[in-house]
Parts: sequence; C-alpha cells; structure tokens
Amino acid sequence: MTGEIAPKPPLRRYHAARWDEPLLFELSQPGQRGILPPALEPGLAADAADELPAALRRERPAALPELAQNAVLRHYLRLSQENLGADLNIDIGQGTCTMKYSPKVNDRLVAGHKLAALHPRQDDETAQGVLEILWRLERMLAEISGMDRVSLQPGAGSAAIWTNVAMIRAYHESRGEGHRDQVITTIFSHPSNAACAKTAGYEVITLYPDADGYPDLDALKAAVSDRTAALLITNPEDTGIFNPRIAEFVEAVHAVGGLACYDQANANGVLGITRARDAGFDLCHFNLHKTFSTPHACGGPAAGACGVSAELVPFLPRPTVEFDGERYFLDDDRPESVGKVRPFTGVAPNLVRAYSWIASLGAEGLREVAEIAVLNNNYLMTQMLKIRGISAPYAKGRRRIEQVRYSWEELAEETGVHSEDLGHRAADYGVHYWTSHHPYVVPEPATLEPTESYSKRDLDEYVAIMNAVAEEAYADPETVRTAPHRSSVHLNKEETLDDAGAWAVTWRAYRRKNAER
Amino acid sequence: MLGGGAAERAGIVPGPGSGRASGGVHTVGLLVNPVAGLGGTVALKGSDGAEAQRRARALGAAPRAAERAALALAELRTRLPGVRVVTVAGDMGEDVLPGAAEVVCDRPLRTTAADTRRAAGALIEAGAGLLLFAGGDGTARDVLDALGGGFPAVGIPAGVKMHSAVYAVSPRAAGEVAAAYLSGAATAAPSEVMDRDGDDIVLYGLLSVPRVAERVQRGKVGSSLTGGDDLAGIAAEVDAGRRAGGVDVYGPGTTTHGVLRLLGVDAPPTGVTAVADGSCLAADADAAALLRLSTGRPARIVVSPIGGQGFLFGRGNQQITPALLRAVGRDGVVVVCGETKLAALGGRPLLVDTGDDALDRSLTGYLPIVTGRRRHVMYRVGER
Repeated sequence: MTGEIAPKPPLRRYHAARWDEPLLFELSQPGQRGILPPALEPGLAADAADELPAALRRERPAALPELAQNAVLRHYLRLSQENLGADLNIDIGQGTCTMKYSPKVNDRLVAGHKLAALHPRQDDETAQGVLEILWRLERMLAEISGMDRVSLQPGAGSAAIWTNVAMIRAYHESRGEGHRDQVITTIFSHPSNAACAKTAGYEVITLYPDADGYPDLDALKAAVSDRTAALLITNPEDTGIFNPRIAEFVEAVHAVGGLACYDQANANGVLGITRARDAGFDLCHFNLHKTFSTPHACGGPAAGACGVSAELVPFLPRPTVEFDGERYFLDDDRPESVGKVRPFTGVAPNLVRAYSWIASLGAEGLREVAEIAVLNNNYLMTQMLKIRGISAPYAKGRRRIEQVRYSWEELAEETGVHSEDLGHRAADYGVHYWTSHHPYVVPEPATLEPTESYSKRDLDEYVAIMNAVAEEAYADPETVRTAPHRSSVHLNKEETLDDAGAWAVTWRAYRRKNAER
Repeated sequence: MLGGGAAERAGIVPGPGSGRASGGVHTVGLLVNPVAGLGGTVALKGSDGAEAQRRARALGAAPRAAERAALALAELRTRLPGVRVVTVAGDMGEDVLPGAAEVVCDRPLRTTAADTRRAAGALIEAGAGLLLFAGGDGTARDVLDALGGGFPAVGIPAGVKMHSAVYAVSPRAAGEVAAAYLSGAATAAPSEVMDRDGDDIVLYGLLSVPRVAERVQRGKVGSSLTGGDDLAGIAAEVDAGRRAGGVDVYGPGTTTHGVLRLLGVDAPPTGVTAVADGSCLAADADAAALLRLSTGRPARIVVSPIGGQGFLFGRGNQQITPALLRAVGRDGVVVVCGETKLAALGGRPLLVDTGDDALDRSLTGYLPIVTGRRRHVMYRVGER
C-alpha cells in the first residue's frame, strides 16, 4: 500500500443518479401510513368534522397517496439526487437568472423559531423585529435604486412587474388619463414585461434591436404617443450590452406623458454603479432571488420588490410597513392603493435572507459584487470566444456587463449539432446550460452569466467542459446529438410542452389526459 | 400548377412518419440539380438555361450541389440509420454517395425542368415518403410542378437564388428535417416557393415542407408561420381594425393567406384578394379591379413581408400599384408578420420598391407590424 490518491482526469467522469423513481401516487399502497394519531379519548366529540357546515364537508375522502414515513423520505431524497441544483454544479449556464450562491447562514436565520413560528395575524406589537427588518430592507432597496419607496409584497419577479403595471394604470387613471392603453417594451427585455402588460389589458408594442444590438431609439420615438402608458425596459438587456442612451429612452416616454419602468430583476452588474432613479425612471423592480441571493426555490415562493418615485407612492400595494419613530406598524388605510398582490406583507423568509445578505456586504460590498460579476463575465467571454464555432453577436470587440448571449451558429452549420444539443451534452459533465428566451433573435443561442460567486478555477472548469463538448461536436457529432448519456433522464418530448392536451401538472389531470389518449 | 403533380396523380400523399415501404424501412427520394449554384460563384444571377450554365463554366464555376447533398445525406443517415435512399442515376443523385442509394431512374440526357419533374415522379413511384432535393428557386419550382402542393419535400440549399421558404438553413439541417419528418417527429405545412419573373420575384406556389423550429430557412425569405407565431392573434387584430363598409386588399403569401382562411375567406395564396365585410369581393384581382373596388370607401392594404429581402411592396405583389397605395395612404397599410419570421430578418429593414420613388420615400420610416392580438412591433422600413 502506497497511500497515493489516484490523479483525477482533467474532466470529471460525472454520472448522475438514475433511480427510475415512480410518482408518489404510483407508490401509494392502501393502508400505508406515515403516522397513526392516537384514538380519541372517551367523552370527546366523536368527530370534529361533524361541526362543519355540510357544504364544506367532502362526500368522499380526498384521494391522497398512502405511504410510510421512510417511503416518503426515500422518494424525495432520490429526486434530490437526480437534480443539478445551484449548490451542486457550477451554475453559470442559466444566464439572465443570476444564479449566485445563497449563503447557508441566512437559511439558519430563517429556520429559527422566531421567524418560522411567526404568524402573519399576530399583533404588530409582538412582531416588531420582523417589521423592523422589512422597514430597513425597504430603505436599503430605496437607496440602491434611488426610489422613494419600495413594496416588498410581490412573491416573484413577474408578480413585481405586474404590480408595477397595476400602479402605472392606477396613476394614469387618477389623472383622468385612463385612455392610455399601450405599453412599450423591447425584444431583449424579459418576456414577462410584455406578458404582464398584456395580462393587465394593455396593447404591447415591442422594439427590435438596431444593428449594434441596442434597442432602436428611433423606433421608440415612432411608437410613443398620447396612448403610451409606459415603457418597460431592461438595461443591460439579455445580450449583456449596456444601453448608454437609456436616459434618452426615458425622456422620449416622459415627453408624451408616459412612465418609465426599469426591469431590474437582474441588477447584478450595476449595483452601486447606476441607479434607476438617476436615469429618470419612475418605477423599477428587483428579483431578490437573483441580485440579492435568496434561493430561486424552483419556481417559488421567491420575492420581488417594487420601487417607485414619490408620485407613485399612493398606489403601492397595501399594507405598507411604517415607523413612527418608536414602533413599526402596518398601514392598511391607503385609499389609492392597487390593493393586495399577495397575502400579508410578502415572503418573510426570503425578505430576511435578502436583508441579511445586504447587511453583511454594506454599500462597498454591493459595489464589489457588481465589479466582480462584470470581471468574471468578461474573463469568461474571453475564454469562451476561443472555442471553435462560437461567437458573441453585436457590439463586436466591446465588453459586456454581467452576461453574454453567445451564438453557436457557425458550429451548427459545420457540424449539424445545435445549441440545445450542446446543453444536453454539458449535462453529462455535471453542468447546466440554457439557450435563450423565444423568439431566437440570436441564432443557436446560449446565455451565460457567471455572477460574482464563482472563482477563476470554476470558470476555467466550465470553459473546459464547453470546449470539450464543442470539439466533440466536430469529431463525434452523434454522441453530442444523442446526449445526455450520463444524466438522470433522457430527453423530454418538447412538443408536448406546447400541447394543452398533453401536459399535466396534477396526477388527476395526468390520468384524465392519458386515459383519453 | 398546384393540381397536376405526379404524387396527386398517383394518389399518394403521405403523412409524417410514412415512407416505410416495407419492413419498417423509411424511404427518402434524393434529387440533385447538378447545375444548381453554378452561376453564384461567378456572380451570375442564377443558373437557369443552357446559356447561363455555359457562361458560368466558362468563367470557371464548379457545381456545388453534390457536395452539399452529401452533407445532408450524411446527416440523415446518422439520424435515421437504415434509411432507404432512392435516387436518379449519375450526377442527379447517384454520384453523391456512390453505392449508398438505389438508382430507380435513368439520368436524362439534359437537366431541363421537364427532366426534374420526370425524375421526381419516378422517386415517388419507388416509395419515397419525402423528397430531399438540392438546388435553388428554379429547382423548387420544378419540384412543386412535379409533386403538387401535398407531397412533402425539403430543399438542400445549393442554388444561387433561394428566396423560397422550402430550404433548410444549411445542408445538414436539411438532413435533420428529413429525419424528423420520416420518423414522425415533425409535420409538414405549406411553404412559399418564390421565383424570379424578369426583375420581379413572384410567389409561385406552396410546397408542403416539414416544420422543425429554427431549421427551415426563414431569414432571407418570405416564409411560413411556425409554432411560435400567433396567426390567430394576427387575424383577430386585423379583424378588429376593420372599418364598416370598407374594403381590405390582402397581398399574397402564407401569412395573409392564413389570416384570410381564419376570417373565413378562401382565396389563392399567390394572388391579391379584395375583401369587404367578411366576404371575398375579388380573388386574384388585377391592378385596375383593386383600384376600382377601393375607390370611394375606406380601404386598407394588408401585407406581409414576402420574397427575397423582406420586401413589402414591389416584389410579388405589383397588382398593388402606386395609385392604389396613394389612395389608401400610409395609415391604411397594415403589415402582418409572425415574431419568429420578423426576428429572422436579423435586424435588416423592410423594403419597398413600388417604382415610384416619392411614394417609396413616404413609406419609409417606422411602421407598426401586427404580430398578434393587441401586439405590435415597431419596425423600420428602409430605403433600398
């Protein structure tokens, strides 16, 4: 025995767990139980359900799966092993989503009984601590954005955009300008902007990029009119290119009486460097699960924050958290408010995490976050562009901010392998990779965003994986095209995602739709 | 043109996943126009006709269709191992990958349009479920003549002129699209075959082409709507803007044709259609008729970018004359286009060439493009 540790290969010989795990409903066995509650003591009401009004009572018991405790635990542990979570891989492949590290100490803070056992109906006097945190977090985000007030109520980024659109509508109606029925956005802003405006009943006008990849200012000038309610825009956009003329965009909208709303879901490249209000914006929003490190939580609950200028404060969701110099309280008496967009005051555990994250960094630390995120991104871009078959469309030779939308067009033409295929093959090396929102304005797109969380060594490993996959596309395209080979599942049938007759988000829907087929 | 194809005469219009002649084997027909692309490398505008081909060869041009067809075939065979390939002898298919295909048709002495049509017919009779052809717009036109609109085909881009929406984005993508269709993973939809008529680019007809997102050419061409595009929304928006007692003039193309179909109007996609109050006033109308029908009442012109380089007017829709455009006015022009098709323009402006410079200039600037119900894109109309 020499005691030597065998050297590791340059690329990991990764293999995901593959459990072939059935659904909980398929695992159900009649009579299995996780817990047997003690029998009623003699003399107590035979069944509390008897006290319920008839209309609230089920005629048949709910069809829930029946399993033992260890069967449930095993099921979820297996699923967790079949996941490429943010804590497991070098998670820089989900560009625009700002997948940064969420410090574990913040999870400990919110898991404690002080927050976990808090009830939203508790009297304000007994919840002064959490109200102070909400109030202080609001002040921090107001300072970061330059806005006058911030609502922490929305439970997600799109909910925050919707809240901003609702406030825009209330603002115009309060001024007798409810005829404004158009919202303008850009194709490289997050599609939730167009979707939320549409959901709120607005007509949507989209601007396409000019030859340099910037949103077209002349197109905006042609689009604005007395029908314009607002411009909803991201900067930098999904391309990672910062629009230096953003103030002119804001001015063009203000000139016709519209409002300017800054989608800062991802503000990771501009923290402490630029502020929404300084560019003239009237509203903005942050996704606390992007820039401010709270977990994305696989679709929620997350946390969004809406910042507004003084003119829009009356329309904020209610209740607001107020401080009279001695005590914190909830103010529900806000007649012009757009109302509630979520129960109570927001997703408290995420708000506490974000507060803790900001407090631990301070103003200097926040700026350093942005600087490192930008440096990381430009280092990554320099290395990625050495790979055969890739390019970074628009603004040739210029730096990007916090992310880059790359194109594998050349590789696809030369090998027949597509961007999606490269992503599937990257999963075989234990990393994740995303293409782009639709439509694919950039052909064969890939969007990478390294954030500040990853070291040079991490970035080099990711680049080495992408280089290996690209070289493999030239040498052995079949292996790439039929990937993944070492992942938990093979390919999904993507066409079913667009087929309302096929998708199912509940067991009941799954059985109904499959029985009909 | 749409009714006389060999496939329809033979009564064969296969669905996706078909072309399994026997024992579960998929069959594809391969047809190469050996002179396609000949003119391009020496800056001729095309390769149609013996004289152009002679000049091209004299200038040192070499055909590139076989090389590109080989890439497509390699991709198809990788994705669909065991696929049976039937083809024409010699440089019309057999030579692409010698020994890899069954020759079911003699090489004609010359490669005229009639030869292309005869060969396509032979491949279908030999059991092909899809025709994979290498060429340019002229080849697509001949294939359409041979097949009719119902038989599926996909083009390997190899020609000089490729304004048609029937070509894959690259040779390898053509092989991928063929494999997806034969294995049942993609369905086919009518796609525009364009051709040049003198200086004009016209919509020649509709060929059935498998739709695979991002793989079939949309960029440089007027094209068919695919999954991401909201044709129903576009139709609803056009309908909502209709003025009572007014007339709407619809230009040719798959988008406008799709809108008309959803509004309950059946008219040929290659012509200009006049509609009033939901019913067809004139299908395939000429310039004089359109002007007459639009005079004295509110009128709109509904067009989609068509052909070559994103032309709105002056290519394939000359029936919409400067006089009609002046009568309707810029505000009466309704441009409709799916989002993916617009994205595929790659930021290039839409173009107008009505033959009237002053009118062209008045149409430049930004126009709202209808991309769905209450959805527009503000897009630039540029100078040629």
